[in-house]
Amino acid sequence: MENQACEITNIMNYPVDSPSVKKGVSKEKRRRIQNIGIIVLFLSLLISAVFLFIIVIFISIQGARILNWEFLTSMPRRSMTAGGILPAILGTFYLALGAILFALPLGVLSGIYLNEYARDNFIVRILKTGINNLAGVPSIVFGLFGLAVFVKFFGFGVSILSGSLTLGIMILPVIISTTVEALRSVPDSFREAAYGVGATKWQTIRGIVLPAALPGILTGVVLAIGRAAGETAPILFTAATFFSKKLPSSIMSPVQALPYHIYALMTEGTYPEKQVPIAYGSALVLLMLVLGMNLIAIIIRIRQRKKRQW
Amino acid sequence: MKFNRRIIETSVKIVLFIIALSALVFLAGIVLVLITQGTPILKYVSLKDFLFGMKWYPTHEEPEFGILPMIYGSVLVTLGALIFATPLGIMCALYIAEVAPMWLKETLKPIIELLAGIPSVIYGLFGALFIAPLIQNLFNLPTGFTALSAAIVLGIMILPTITSIVEDALTAIPKEYSEAALALGATKWETMTKIILPAASSGITTGIILGLGRAIGETMAVLMVAGGSANIAFSLLKPVRTMTATIAAEMAETVMGSEHYHALFGIAIVLFVLTMIFNIIAQHISQRFHKRFTAEK
Repeated sequence: MENQACEITNIMNYPVDSPSVKKGVSKEKRRRIQNIGIIVLFLSLLISAVFLFIIVIFISIQGARILNWEFLTSMPRRSMTAGGILPAILGTFYLALGAILFALPLGVLSGIYLNEYARDNFIVRILKTGINNLAGVPSIVFGLFGLAVFVKFFGFGVSILSGSLTLGIMILPVIISTTVEALRSVPDSFREAAYGVGATKWQTIRGIVLPAALPGILTGVVLAIGRAAGETAPILFTAATFFSKKLPSSIMSPVQALPYHIYALMTEGTYPEKQVPIAYGSALVLLMLVLGMNLIAIIIRIRQRKKRQW
Repeated sequence: MKFNRRIIETSVKIVLFIIALSALVFLAGIVLVLITQGTPILKYVSLKDFLFGMKWYPTHEEPEFGILPMIYGSVLVTLGALIFATPLGIMCALYIAEVAPMWLKETLKPIIELLAGIPSVIYGLFGALFIAPLIQNLFNLPTGFTALSAAIVLGIMILPTITSIVEDALTAIPKEYSEAALALGATKWETMTKIILPAASSGITTGIILGLGRAIGETMAVLMVAGGSANIAFSLLKPVRTMTATIAAEMAETVMGSEHYHALFGIAIVLFVLTMIFNIIAQHISQRFHKRFTAEK
């Protein structure tokens, strides 16, 4: 068998008359074109990698200058020109937590309906299109929605609650689609075995399908937390404040948040030369937070793939 | 016992269905909010003057609400980003999908996903403090906050998105296609460019359109890098202002229910409609693409 495979690959090296191959172009020339082409592709990959790594390295080097334990755990001082970013870190944590508390049950239950119960009918098709389109709504439009509905209409004001709900709606499609993917990867034989021993549909889902799909759902949740923590536009008018003297006291108070803090340090205030280093430091913290979340998600996925027995 | 079970089963199904509707409710809510808050601007300006007016002076004594400069800014920056990111993204995807050995592929794919997750405000910070000064020195400009800077930052930002979607499309092409080409004596390169790329063209188009949607809806990066001049300048080296940046920069100053407030929601309607059109086109193409290749398998 191995010999045969070798022969087949070797045939590639001989020029063959075929409609897709121009007559008269020598074997050497075609080889050369191929080599040049592959080098160009490799170079483009290299260029892209350089661009993206410049960003990560630039932020890391600039941020590392200011980053220390005190920077992470102290309050800002002298109207944002000195001190730490503790309130911004805590604010981002509260907002992401609130968003996930809101979106997780809605998203997972919606995902269960779509994959386990829904048939391919008109309403379900509209539902799926709606979820896809919700995922494509620009983040600033979520911000306007949150402003009009949560801040003004429900009267929650600029607060953790308004911001969390806005971010929660934004990450809902992420959670729904990863849940659907995770449930779809559970083989039907699992369900059939459960039905076979007399379990009802809901018992099967709760006892068999959901536990099997849990790592996949978890991946989605972690990714969604990372996304919620990094978004600025949705909290611009719904939750964020540049300056607060104390930590938020309830879910009805406005908060500082890392992404907004970076933006505000760059655009507001009167001492840019003192604010820029703090912006770098905040950016490094945010970058580590978000990349860390993504890394966790990737690790969960790899481990699950290894452990999976089906 | 059996009767109880059936009640539970049916009620679970109904409850789940109602919850599943929530995403649709939110989408409808967004549409409703945009319409109720955005359309009142038409009481002050005609639709034609709003969409095609050249002047944006929302806070003047006699305010003007022409958003053409912002539409122009969004289109310019988005196209610039696409011109930069599309060829690079497709070539990267080709390399990863067709040339790279397995170990490299397995390393690169998670890295791309990781990079796609970097928050836009970090791209904005990088653009404002690295790209903008670079452009300023390179072209000897009064300011580095230009359409070109924004396009470059946005291009880098959507590169991972385009690469990963195109890579998926290339991988989805059945093995038989390339095997048949190779068996006929085509080189690897000829197979890639003449067989796989054309076969994946609709998948690639989906990737580009989704990148387009992401770029035009992007707020923070362009807000921090594009400069923010609301004039139409036919040069990449002048500051521009996008629709998203206008909303983000001005909403905080408006009074609820004022003309300015409604005008900003009006911009959001334009933005929303544009991204929806891109999304629907992308979904349509990608569905046809998948149908074709699942049917052939």
